[in-house]
Amino acid sequence: MITELLSVSVIAGILGSGIRLATPYLYAGIGETFGQKSGVLNLGLEGQMLLGAYAAFFVVFETGNLWLGLLAAVIVGAIMGLAMAFVSVTLHAEQGISGIGFYLFGLGLSDLLFQKTMGTVETVSGFRPLEIPFLSNIPFFGEVFFNHNIMVYSAYLLVPLAIFILKKTNFGLDVRAVGENPEAADSLGVSVKRVRYLTVTLGGILSGIAGASLSVALLNVFQQNLTSGMGFIAVALVYFGGWRPFGVMLGALLFSVVIAFQLWLQVLGSPIPSDIAVMLPYILTILVLVVAGQRVKPPSALTKPFERGD
Amino acid sequence: MKLSKPRTQPRYDRLYVILMPMLATLLALAIGAVLLALLDTNPIEAYAAMLEGAFGSKNALADTIVKATPLLLVGIGICISFRGGVLNIGGEGQLIVGAISATYVGLALPELSFGSLVPIALLAGFLGGAVWGGIPGILKAYFNVNEILSTIMMNAIAVQGMNYLLRGPMIDPVQLEAASRIPQTARLSRLYDLPRLIPTRLHLGAALAVVVAIVVYIFLWRTTIGYRIRAVGLNLFASRYAGINVRHYMVLALLLSGALAGLAGAVQVYGVHHRMFTDGSATGFTGSAGFNGIVVALFGQLHPLGAIPASFFFGALIVGANAMQRAMQIPSALITTLNGLLVVFVVSSEYFKRRLEKKRLMDIERIEELEKPAKMEAAA
Repeated sequence: MITELLSVSVIAGILGSGIRLATPYLYAGIGETFGQKSGVLNLGLEGQMLLGAYAAFFVVFETGNLWLGLLAAVIVGAIMGLAMAFVSVTLHAEQGISGIGFYLFGLGLSDLLFQKTMGTVETVSGFRPLEIPFLSNIPFFGEVFFNHNIMVYSAYLLVPLAIFILKKTNFGLDVRAVGENPEAADSLGVSVKRVRYLTVTLGGILSGIAGASLSVALLNVFQQNLTSGMGFIAVALVYFGGWRPFGVMLGALLFSVVIAFQLWLQVLGSPIPSDIAVMLPYILTILVLVVAGQRVKPPSALTKPFERGD
Repeated sequence: MKLSKPRTQPRYDRLYVILMPMLATLLALAIGAVLLALLDTNPIEAYAAMLEGAFGSKNALADTIVKATPLLLVGIGICISFRGGVLNIGGEGQLIVGAISATYVGLALPELSFGSLVPIALLAGFLGGAVWGGIPGILKAYFNVNEILSTIMMNAIAVQGMNYLLRGPMIDPVQLEAASRIPQTARLSRLYDLPRLIPTRLHLGAALAVVVAIVVYIFLWRTTIGYRIRAVGLNLFASRYAGINVRHYMVLALLLSGALAGLAGAVQVYGVHHRMFTDGSATGFTGSAGFNGIVVALFGQLHPLGAIPASFFFGALIVGANAMQRAMQIPSALITTLNGLLVVFVVSSEYFKRRLEKKRLMDIERIEELEKPAKMEAAA
């Protein structure tokens, strides 16, 4: 079994699917990074992902148009993001709990709609792999890096884009200021509310896209609780990544390579029962949080609502 | 200064405690009605079926209380943790681990009497949940790990552990022989069934849960340890300054919270199912009691005694939803959706409570201002 595992094609397979599987974590995690950088912990992103996944799947199932499906996920994500922003920014609700509320809402509603509109598990033909000319033919590297669909590539393009926005633009500066010291930002004329509304809505949109990446690009199905905890793991990855997009990407890759490895073990018929193997990523997340907890400090104003003093 | 004794306080608060949850419920039910209408179902008929199912007969009422029992136990635990300033989202996992521990004890010792085994089994459930809540507690207090995330991960681990045990080591030997391999344990000895209170499904566990609510109320408000748990939750830094070992009380709050969820699992096994089973997901066994317990606690204003009526209300919602599902073919996912909305509405309503309080303080200030010139005149 060891020799089988070490063959080049298996390693390429594990790494390739690891890169693919990181996609939803990247979209959701980077969206969440923006929210948390500005001081809002959005725990509801699992629910946003589920609704995004359902919306995209349903539209693609009915129309066959992938881009229309993606648009549906974006709209649903934006609405959910706005709702979360209203509850946490305007109404100052405890973010840890309202997030769980939004999670339950998304979990229930996506299941309800699924049962009422489809009822059985269907499949669609989702985004196809874009074989990049020449590069995809390189042995090993071709399979690992250059044989994915457009949703996967754009998830990775999002990382430098997010770094650029956070580090080099005025908006990014505002986001960081609002998350670290909202009183100071406010006194300099930055609207704390506006910035937080924008980041949380952006997070909702990206969570919707994360869900769509599952239902119309990676798995091409929808079923009850399709994401099964991925959104929560994405929140954990933001802590692990130290609130930096690059760190989130590293975490997502580490995580998804472990999942890919575990899937391969099962295919090869390992003696470890699959129920135990499925635990691995969750145990890993906890360990990762222990490491992250020692290293970095969250944005100072995280989960703290801001109210202008009179 | 005679600034104290804001005369309107008690009335406002009592009104709020009753009014806000009711408004939140009405709002959620209204949105539910819109959803039902969109799904081509008559909302009035659906809600009528719900009421009938929850309260329509002696059996319906008993079922409502049976469903309320685990919600109450989990909810009391959530009161402890939230009062202690830690957010325990791990009720699902703690309930599962408690149920497995209690089932294991009952299966391992099949020849004892009710009186000698069942207390041990309930204790095993309590301890199992305590371990599952204590781990995130230690991780938070000593390793700075966010407890919301760790408890969610512990939920997933518990579900997988349950699936593994019920498909493998703990599976009913009959299932193994029949090759049907339904993932469940053997039925526990009938001697161990919690006694029925009246000839319905209502069992002793419901009374136990109410006793626990009273005990926890006394614990939180009448003992030093309980006072310290609440102090840490109210103001971490002040508590540390006052010499309270903040870390100990954080762990304790999560541990006790988990223990009560574990006890809920044990009560479900000995009072309702008499075995442990899984459908692969968390909710198959728990019925989402771990999450719904949070809603119950919030509805009860994070007060163990407030959780009693809140749990009854949610028990009715669940039993009613099942009846509605049977009568009108509405997926029970509707109830998950409405529960989510309820959580959002209840936490959001805190905002209006704070505004009310602020207004009251301003009123008092204004009255003081008005009284000032009069007093000065009197002094002169």
